[in-house]
Amino acid sequence: MRHIISLLMENESGALSRVSGLFSARGYNIESLTVAPTEDATLSRMTIVTSGSDEIIEQIIKQLNKLIDVVKVLDLNDGKFIERELMIVKVKANAQYRDEMKRMCDIFRGRIIDVSDSSFTIELTGSSSKLDAYIESIDKAAILETVRTGASGIGRGDRILKV
Amino acid sequence: MNSNHISGAEIVIRCLHEEKVKFVFGYPGGAVLNIYDAVFKQNKFKHVLVRHEQAAVHAADAYSRSTGKVGVALVTSGPGATNAVTGIATAYMDSIPMVIISGQVPTYAIGQDAFQECDTVGITRPCVKHNFLVKDVKDIASTIKKAFYVASSGRPGPVLVDIPKDITAEKYEFNYPKSVHLRSYNPIIKGHSGQIKKALSLLLNAKKPMIYSGGGVVLGDASAQLTKFVRTIGAPITSTLMGLGGFPASDKQFLGMLGMHGTYEANMAMQECDVLLAVGARFDDRVIGNPEHFLSKPRTIIHIDIDPSSISKRVKIDIPIVGHVVSVLTELNDLLSKEKTKQNISLKHWFKEIDQWRSTNCLSFKNDKKLIKPQFVVQTLHQVTKGDAFITSDVGQHQMWAAQYYPFDKPRRWINSGGLGTMGVGLPYAMGTQLAHPDAMVACVTGEASIQMCIQELSTCKQFHLPIKIINLNNRYMGMVRQWQEFFYGNRYAESYMEALPDFVKLAEAYGHVGMKIENPSDVEPALKEAFSKKLKERLVFMDFITDQKENVFPMIPNGKGLSEMITAEDL
Repeated sequence: MRHIISLLMENESGALSRVSGLFSARGYNIESLTVAPTEDATLSRMTIVTSGSDEIIEQIIKQLNKLIDVVKVLDLNDGKFIERELMIVKVKANAQYRDEMKRMCDIFRGRIIDVSDSSFTIELTGSSSKLDAYIESIDKAAILETVRTGASGIGRGDRILKV
Repeated sequence: MNSNHISGAEIVIRCLHEEKVKFVFGYPGGAVLNIYDAVFKQNKFKHVLVRHEQAAVHAADAYSRSTGKVGVALVTSGPGATNAVTGIATAYMDSIPMVIISGQVPTYAIGQDAFQECDTVGITRPCVKHNFLVKDVKDIASTIKKAFYVASSGRPGPVLVDIPKDITAEKYEFNYPKSVHLRSYNPIIKGHSGQIKKALSLLLNAKKPMIYSGGGVVLGDASAQLTKFVRTIGAPITSTLMGLGGFPASDKQFLGMLGMHGTYEANMAMQECDVLLAVGARFDDRVIGNPEHFLSKPRTIIHIDIDPSSISKRVKIDIPIVGHVVSVLTELNDLLSKEKTKQNISLKHWFKEIDQWRSTNCLSFKNDKKLIKPQFVVQTLHQVTKGDAFITSDVGQHQMWAAQYYPFDKPRRWINSGGLGTMGVGLPYAMGTQLAHPDAMVACVTGEASIQMCIQELSTCKQFHLPIKIINLNNRYMGMVRQWQEFFYGNRYAESYMEALPDFVKLAEAYGHVGMKIENPSDVEPALKEAFSKKLKERLVFMDFITDQKENVFPMIPNGKGLSEMITAEDL
């Protein structure tokens, strides 16, 4: 099953490689991994999207907690949460595609952030599955380039991950 | 600059003094020259110069295993650090508290492919509990304090501190923190009381209770608490390779070691019990074999461990108890004495079943008039040393024979590489152990293949007058490899024959030691007696026992099989 794991860790050089090294050393999947400092500059927040059986996810959480630089770990799937990912996609927008691309962008509530004679650059946010759905919906031949941030997640309501 | 400012190198030394370090095992080189200059100017700890950095780390590791204190090694950058890696990984797999200080090229040269530069922090990251790169002289003291704290608390492990050369030259005032706090690191000590009560009640109501103790009992110094608990509750107990000595082997409740080369009775009892208490053990592949086979028999499993990630890793645990073994066992003992509860169910039937397994006499072997049986050498060693020696071993058949035929009644007497299985540890392990216990008998049980992996340390032994007795079980084969090739590869002994062996007697003599070659069974006891006699008390004795080439280690659980699927000597 797909799990989104959030963690707070010391914002120190090498901390990221401790986490990524753990996943490769123990053969765990990483679907995506994003990391950036928090409002407290000494802490980084990381979101890891992974998949595995309940036993594997339990081990991943325990192994992450064991890393000295990791301050807190939360499996977002243990409760309600919101997930967002940003994708920037450059699509063909010549005469053949121009109208369709504008329409699809509107349907998925994206924004066109750059325009040229032959292309649109579109910004889309949503859950990873929504972004997947967008890619599925448009003509593959029209896609020039995509870039995705990987998912970030946060608990709903009073679920707070803080030191 | 303040007059009380000292160099980074001197700060390193002062930190080690503050930690009351007695021995530093190391090897100098360019990046640690400042530190070595500071070593030269002090006399509070002894520096033990090894002949290869791997041995420095192994020796520091054994110092820790045999005393419980943090072992310290000091190596230079680049090859110094990479040579240390095997030692670090060995200590990591067995959770040994160590601090390794490595030199690094100056900060301004990092990343420039400088002479003797390597990414030590990157290379060691997967085999340390934690590591640090010190980038400011101001941080040396607090980093070393953290290193000792992290290494020795929680589930122990090696911690590496990488210090660039320019940092050791810069000056700053020395201020060693009394304590450190890491917000991200809070090992749990006390177990959950509700779980502990539940565990005790399960054990007291079990028909076939079984206790399985591991290296955690030795590392956590919980031997007394475990012994008290096991004796009160009356259940049978087995131990892993790493846990030997945690419970006295001569006690009738002890069923011997379990696992791939464990006793028949220990493995059968482990498989057939209805309530299992695991203490500081981790159900690894060499212990329970195939986990599916193990779980095919229903039983309730209680697991005490300080590391939550050890629980339910290979085997699903019913009652997990995360905490320090001493704390949890003390709580269990208190409950037992308060409730004046005894076993609710008589264990007579259970022990009757066990006695039947015991009657297979799985460790019996036939002595030979002409060929020296390796088991006989270890048995005689036990007898000559009255079971009171520190035994180090390398890895292979001899290691298993030492574990099987030298029963340990005390913890921290059995020093070997369990998790990583590192050939070559035996001699440096004996060095670290002998330095820690100068008056004790220290024997290194090894084989002609393993001993050659760190043979250069005979020179260190000479320099530091270490009267180690080396028991070389020389069968002219990498015995364990040969055994697997015999069983599973149709007797095709690919590259497992040791050709062109040195004359070990001459070799020992060349290094300034005493050498002995023993070829007849009748000479085994006299030779061992002589080696441990007053006359040779101050000398290292290298005893080359020419043993039966075809001897195998039994019982054996073939790889991937279950605990009750052992092969014994009779089966073949």
